Amino acid sequence: MSQKQDEENPAEETGEEKQDTQEKEGILPERAEEAKLKAKYPSLGQKPGGSDFLMKRLQKGVSIISYLLLLESKGILGMKSIEQKYFDSGDYNMAKAKMKNKQLPSTGPDKNLVTGDHIPTPQDLPQRKSSLVTSKLAG
Amino acid sequence: MAGAGGGGCPAGGNDFQWCFSQVKGAIDEDVAEADIISTVEFNYSGDLLATGDKGGRVVIFQREQENKSRPHSRGEYNVYSTFQSHEPEFDYLKSLEIEEKINKIRWLPQQNAAHFLLSTNDKTIKLWKISERDKRAEGYNLKDEDGRLRDPFRVTALRVPILKPMDLMVEASPRRIFANAHTYHINSISVNSDHETYLSADDLRINLWHLEITDRSFNIVDIKPANMEELTEVITAAEFHPHQCNVLVYSSSKGTVRLCDMRSSALCDRHSKFFEEPEDPSSRSFFSEIISSISDVKFSHSGRYMMTRDYLSVKVWDLNMESRPVETHQVHEYLRSKLCSLYENDCIFDKFECCWNGSDSAIMTGSYNNFFRMFDRNARRDVTLEASRENSKPRASLKPRKVCTGGKRKKDEISVDSLDFNKKILHTAWHPLENIIAVAATNNLYIFQDKIN
Repeated sequence: MSQKQDEENPAEETGEEKQDTQEKEGILPERAEEAKLKAKYPSLGQKPGGSDFLMKRLQKGVSIISYLLLLESKGILGMKSIEQKYFDSGDYNMAKAKMKNKQLPSTGPDKNLVTGDHIPTPQDLPQRKSSLVTSKLAG
Repeated sequence: MAGAGGGGCPAGGNDFQWCFSQVKGAIDEDVAEADIISTVEFNYSGDLLATGDKGGRVVIFQREQENKSRPHSRGEYNVYSTFQSHEPEFDYLKSLEIEEKINKIRWLPQQNAAHFLLSTNDKTIKLWKISERDKRAEGYNLKDEDGRLRDPFRVTALRVPILKPMDLMVEASPRRIFANAHTYHINSISVNSDHETYLSADDLRINLWHLEITDRSFNIVDIKPANMEELTEVITAAEFHPHQCNVLVYSSSKGTVRLCDMRSSALCDRHSKFFEEPEDPSSRSFFSEIISSISDVKFSHSGRYMMTRDYLSVKVWDLNMESRPVETHQVHEYLRSKLCSLYENDCIFDKFECCWNGSDSAIMTGSYNNFFRMFDRNARRDVTLEASRENSKPRASLKPRKVCTGGKRKKDEISVDSLDFNKKILHTAWHPLENIIAVAATNNLYIFQDKIN
């Protein structure tokens, strides 16, 4: 049940070209899009399905230290959600602080007061991330 | 392509009249990343509906029983249980954060009063037991009602504790944790029809587990090349056959599906069947391979067919014919002339899922602008519907939507350039027995029912 793309090309062709166009109807839009992309990114590799592309997808990270370089390369390669690889946790925490610009979770003064016969429960422990809050779907 | 959703009753065709039933989730425009729904799944009876989100949380809804005092709430899904399934982890060896996002939830068939489900993030699969408690024992001898131990010397008489009814409490507890078996990101889990084993698949490998054993799993498919430079395709989805416990399929980023039979060898690197639609070489472009990548593969309930979802279409395959699909349905063909911008904004990599209805007569998949598409295989009709708060009056009928591609836009149509590509419906689920569908639109869960229901 293949779809014929009658609506893709506006009626701009002349009579002679019409038959040709109808044969290539399925090709023209994609090729036109490809030309657009190559015009914007001339350095784009020939084989998008090649190993480089897939390797990046697998690793989801590059061994470059600077987060800024990573953002630049994302613009060219168009890869989705690359996570940064860090070599030490100090760098990682610095970058995270810059990225999210949030304070480290601070527990209230009362939460730190654990006396002898008070057994801490999960509710007492400091919240690490907002995702530990109940989902809004359950609200 | 016919767009009408209602009107006329064809002989033997499904004439769905979808109506809004419920919507769950926050209304505010500012969507927290953690609230984005990442998976939706009905259980085998359809009484329970589970959702997983990017924050690692699972919310389970239960269908209300018929109640004469509240007739309108019949068939409504209300919260049954919610728990934190996965938490963010940090892999110290690789200096990588492991997301807590729930990639997939799969229910186990019910065998006793409790319900079991498997939920997985990128690295770890967990078996959760959801059980009800509606009785409490009272009258213990050695402890008070508030739990404090009694002084044994003060106990002068013995009594038998009695079971008293209490408010229903639904508890979720992790029963098994299946960890450390995947180097790459888990994209699929599938429970086998033997109800004892299940598979988990990542980009390059598929592992077979026994539900009782967490410290071992068997690798059954491994497509990692000896030299990573030779890598040309990855596994995108995998599923066990619904009836034949020795058969599984896995799809690839190159648009192919391989069927493996575990009886033929322990390691299923050699497929038994290879499903690929021949491509016209003259129509090949830079985007061809990317848009042919299969994002989901699902067996029909009958086990005779399977369905694959690639970027622009849904294909139905007969397992007996490897050369080409028996049906091809265009989801949003108008996007073919937008591939350049879809590549730039990464939307071309979006992974849409697809699902069958209980009788395999209809299939459904999502699109952009909160649209989703439904294809009636018997009547050969399809319809585009929208999940939106604007159309959320109880039992309001859904109006078919239409996207116009040409210059002249009719009233009620929406032009391709006006589509909101941030509003994507990646996850949908169809009740196994009735015409009830669950559609996840970012952070909201919509439930629609057929009017005849």
